[in-house]
Amino acid sequence: MYSEKVMDHFMNPRNVGEVENPDGVGAEGNPTCGDVMKITIKVEDGKIADAKFRTFGCGAAIAVSSMVTEMAKGMTLDEALKITKESVANELDGLPPQKMHCSNLGADALKKAIEDYKSKHPQ
Amino acid sequence: MQVRYFDHAGTTPLDPAVLEAMMPYLRESFGNPMSIYELGGRASAAVQEARADVAALINARPSGVIFTASGAESNNFALRGIALARQNEGKHIIVSKAEHHSVLNSARFLEKQGFIVTYLPIDGYGMVEPETLGKAITKETVLISIILASPEVGTIQPIRELAKMAKEKGIIFHTDAVAAAGQIPIDVKELGVDLLSLSAHQFYGPKGAAALYVREGLRIVPLIYGGIQEGGRRAGTENVPAIAGMGKAAAIARERLSHRIEYLRPLRDRLIEGVKKTDNVYLTGHPAERLPGHASFTVEFVEGEAMLLMMAAKGIYAASGSACSSKALKSSPVLLSMGIPSSVAQGSIVFSLGHENSTDDVEYAITEFSVIAKKLREISPYRGGWGGVEEAEKCIPKK
Repeated sequence: MYSEKVMDHFMNPRNVGEVENPDGVGAEGNPTCGDVMKITIKVEDGKIADAKFRTFGCGAAIAVSSMVTEMAKGMTLDEALKITKESVANELDGLPPQKMHCSNLGADALKKAIEDYKSKHPQ
Repeated sequence: MQVRYFDHAGTTPLDPAVLEAMMPYLRESFGNPMSIYELGGRASAAVQEARADVAALINARPSGVIFTASGAESNNFALRGIALARQNEGKHIIVSKAEHHSVLNSARFLEKQGFIVTYLPIDGYGMVEPETLGKAITKETVLISIILASPEVGTIQPIRELAKMAKEKGIIFHTDAVAAAGQIPIDVKELGVDLLSLSAHQFYGPKGAAALYVREGLRIVPLIYGGIQEGGRRAGTENVPAIAGMGKAAAIARERLSHRIEYLRPLRDRLIEGVKKTDNVYLTGHPAERLPGHASFTVEFVEGEAMLLMMAAKGIYAASGSACSSKALKSSPVLLSMGIPSSVAQGSIVFSLGHENSTDDVEYAITEFSVIAKKLREISPYRGGWGGVEEAEKCIPKK
């Protein structure tokens, strides 16, 4: 059902937890309807210096969270805002169709974390 | 890696003696039971022998057993067949909210055909209270269908009492015994039921063979029309190998039933005790009135599919009623009907034991379960509590 990469990121998730004194926080989802992801980011020189997550959800949801934090680290904020559900799924070698929408909230949670940062740091 | 199989409510492995009993009908004794020559006679004899064995498992007369292809077919047959046969006497049907989809969706189909259906509420243990049934019965009621034991929460319903209430009012009573047959003693006469569904692959028989018991003299409209197989009540060439296997599995189950129950109960109780040692883990279903090998839980702050995957990676195969683990992405309606909040229902996990499980399997599962629950809670944003989730509960009633 899941690709090897999904299983790897699920069984050995990267970046679990919260970054200390986060510059941006984003949460997406709802535990009664499906999955919940919370992403915290640290921003330095316009780049995402660190990103961590906590997730309540299925294997796909945890793998997506792990992958999206891996992808975002080192990116500029504008680059990170271009991460989509599709690009995360592609990096994971695909997700089952029924998981594509309900469990693929990583990009949305990241976007919220970046917007949170931006709202606190108006240019 | 050693596989520890804890999903017997999903399906059971085939007993080697059952496979043995099936083989002649896949090989040399391949005849059609309707044929008049000896090859057909052999196949026909196998079907009749199996009918007697299945009947004996539930203390019925062989002529009351109609072979079908699945538990779902038996349930469809019972509901649709009786509703159509009785529609001139009334168009009200009662089912419970603990039913399997094959009963619920048959009831919904009948609603579209103009029947009125009452879906009986269940209590926190998944049990139907007789008083609730009493209040739901009307002059128009022609059929009541209530599951004997739940594959999701293990609860055994007070069928005898419920069927008695139906009988007093002249209402036909069906019970879905798919999860119960071969697991606990069943006597259709003592239970007082008119119809009962059972399926071979739930008691070490093959998939593709099941049966509907129909009380002597009760008229039922067929689901499948064609030849005169099964007394004209279920047409189609008999699945002889599978039926022969079902007969053998029924004979073995009947012979070893009390042994199996004595073996499974302490194993189940140890599993429940061990799993509940982890904080915020709750048994679902009735603590005493439950299937001998059934242990089901909700594990707060984590999701069921994630638990299943991590356990599968350790060779432990179990099941869950969580939304994410179902292809339909909906939490088990049975858990929700029991009043379990849907966020908690997401953490559903079901272990259904079989007699080939050992004490070692159970101890291993308990240890791994506690490690996995801890690991997933480390990842979960709700580690210590649901925090503002009450707010989110509002999203539930999407029907």
